Amino acid sequence: MHFGGMRAVDGMSLELRRGEILGLIGPNGAGKTTMFNLIAGSLRPSAGQILAGGADITREAPERRIGRGIGRTFQIPRPFAEMTVLENVLTGAQHQTGENMLANFLQPGRVSREEHAAVDKAQGLLDFLTLSHLANEPARVLSGGQRKLLELARVLMADPKVILLDEPAAGVNPALLEFIIARILDLNARGTTILLIEHNMDMVARLCGRIIVMAQGKLLREGKPDEVARDPAVIEAYLGVAA
Amino acid sequence: MIELLSYGAFFLTVALTYAIICLGLNVQWGQTGLFNVGVAGFVAMGAYTSALLTTPEDPVRFGGFDLPIAVGWLGAALMAGLLSVLVGLLTIRLRADYLAIATFGVAVVMQLCALNLEPLTGGPFGIGFIPRPFGWMAEDRLTFGLLNLGLVVLTTLGVYLALERLLRSPWGRVLRAIREDEQAALALGKNAFAFRLQAFAVGGAIMGLAGAVQAHFIGFIAPENYVPMLTFQVWAMLIVGGSGNNKGAVLGAVLVWAVWAATAALISAVVPPELQARAAALQIVMIGLAICIMLLVRPRGILGEVRTVSRHVHEASGKK
Ligand SMILES: Nc1ncnc2c1ncn2[C@@H]1O[C@H](COP(=O)(O)OP(=O)(O)OP(=O)(O)O)[C@@H](O)[C@H]1O
Ligand SMILES: [Mg+2]
Repeated sequence: MHFGGMRAVDGMSLELRRGEILGLIGPNGAGKTTMFNLIAGSLRPSAGQILAGGADITREAPERRIGRGIGRTFQIPRPFAEMTVLENVLTGAQHQTGENMLANFLQPGRVSREEHAAVDKAQGLLDFLTLSHLANEPARVLSGGQRKLLELARVLMADPKVILLDEPAAGVNPALLEFIIARILDLNARGTTILLIEHNMDMVARLCGRIIVMAQGKLLREGKPDEVARDPAVIEAYLGVAA
Repeated sequence: MIELLSYGAFFLTVALTYAIICLGLNVQWGQTGLFNVGVAGFVAMGAYTSALLTTPEDPVRFGGFDLPIAVGWLGAALMAGLLSVLVGLLTIRLRADYLAIATFGVAVVMQLCALNLEPLTGGPFGIGFIPRPFGWMAEDRLTFGLLNLGLVVLTTLGVYLALERLLRSPWGRVLRAIREDEQAALALGKNAFAFRLQAFAVGGAIMGLAGAVQAHFIGFIAPENYVPMLTFQVWAMLIVGGSGNNKGAVLGAVLVWAVWAATAALISAVVPPELQARAAALQIVMIGLAICIMLLVRPRGILGEVRTVSRHVHEASGKK
């Protein structure tokens, strides 16, 4: 993948195994978020392939990917600012009859039942992520950390099988950090596969069974957290000695 | 007294036909952020379609088909909706400013067609003898006026209620989400293109319906009714009333039409006859002034955007 003349992700490959939490780390500008955008379909790779459960989804539109079970959060949260927190989460619901224009007139009962179920589920998620007291506030009033949580609640609403988490704990306070770690473990225990971008090595070490290190758009190392952390090449890349 | 009442009925009827157009524009702009600067073209499509369908047969042009008025109105909404789908398919994927240019083009083309496709549209003279609802009552001016007003009120109310239901539905929620942040909406599986296209088509169909209602109320149509001025008026109505608010769209339409009509009355009372044609430009100035005042004093319009929440959410959280 290149932007102009710059190759942001180049010859990179990774495999996400069902049920695991895979860490993706690397210095700023390594191409981690770009990698996410490629997997989620926001960007089209100039070469290479994206496979999901054996199907080639390289050219599939971004809005189709959640149907394949791939959900993502954004590094910089993208809340629907003028909508309430609850409605932000509701928007994550999939297969809603009420999203069909005519069904609102032809099958109002069914739309209403589904909406009630969705509201219950969304309120459950807001409880789970400690946002329920803000449910009826517009999302624009949320703090940075709360926005991170909202990102998570919204994508969870879609029941993805795989979640791409782009620095879910960046800018949140230490207490909340513990909380997010617990939530991620919880999700994983319930069968969700997770690909996690994170700079906090402690968090990565506690969550991930396997880590992939990127630098300058390329795969640098792959291995267990403690191995990787001791690797001279990785340390060099982080300290910026190697160019 | 009777004079005043029937003028009141006439005034409100015309104002409400604009209100329907304005409701259509609100779906496109207020709810979805689609910049349509060719409103007049979609209104014209509706007006001409209904006129062709319902007028008695005319030897010098295609049709009319002498069909019931209701058929004409449905056909008008359908054709204007189709026109919107066509324009939307070609341009909604492009950047927002291209849609603006394209819609402007549609309005120009529609007006040129109306002017030049004489066998279809009657050319510069337009189409007359468009059947009027309750036409058999026409002798009794007051009753006739009130009946027509009633019909237009019902139509406006129907459109209003249908739109409110839609905008407070999951469908409306997705539209808002796409307007707020398209990337995020895509990541949540919402097909932004399809939803925008639907909103554009619904808005266009409503404009077409309004064009038909207007045509049948006045009884004849001509190309000069569908000039950019119409688009300008409708935009003024939406801005004054409050974009993103259906009640605002209706209120804005009535108010701006009042300013328009009052200025016209003033001009014909004060300005000597030979200057009146020129003084008509004052109407435009007055509306421009109304927009400026509004943008300075209440930039979101009289009513402003409501934070629409799905009605189901209200019910559900009300229960708690
Ligand atoms: N849309 C874009 N246009 C041009 N360059 C871009 C674009 N997006 C990313 N880049 C560049 O690609 C490189 C990789 O960016 P990316 O966001 O993937 O880094 P990252 O690994 O996520 O970094 P961080 O840890 O700081 O979030 C950077 O040098 C960035 O400037
Ligand atoms: Mg990043």
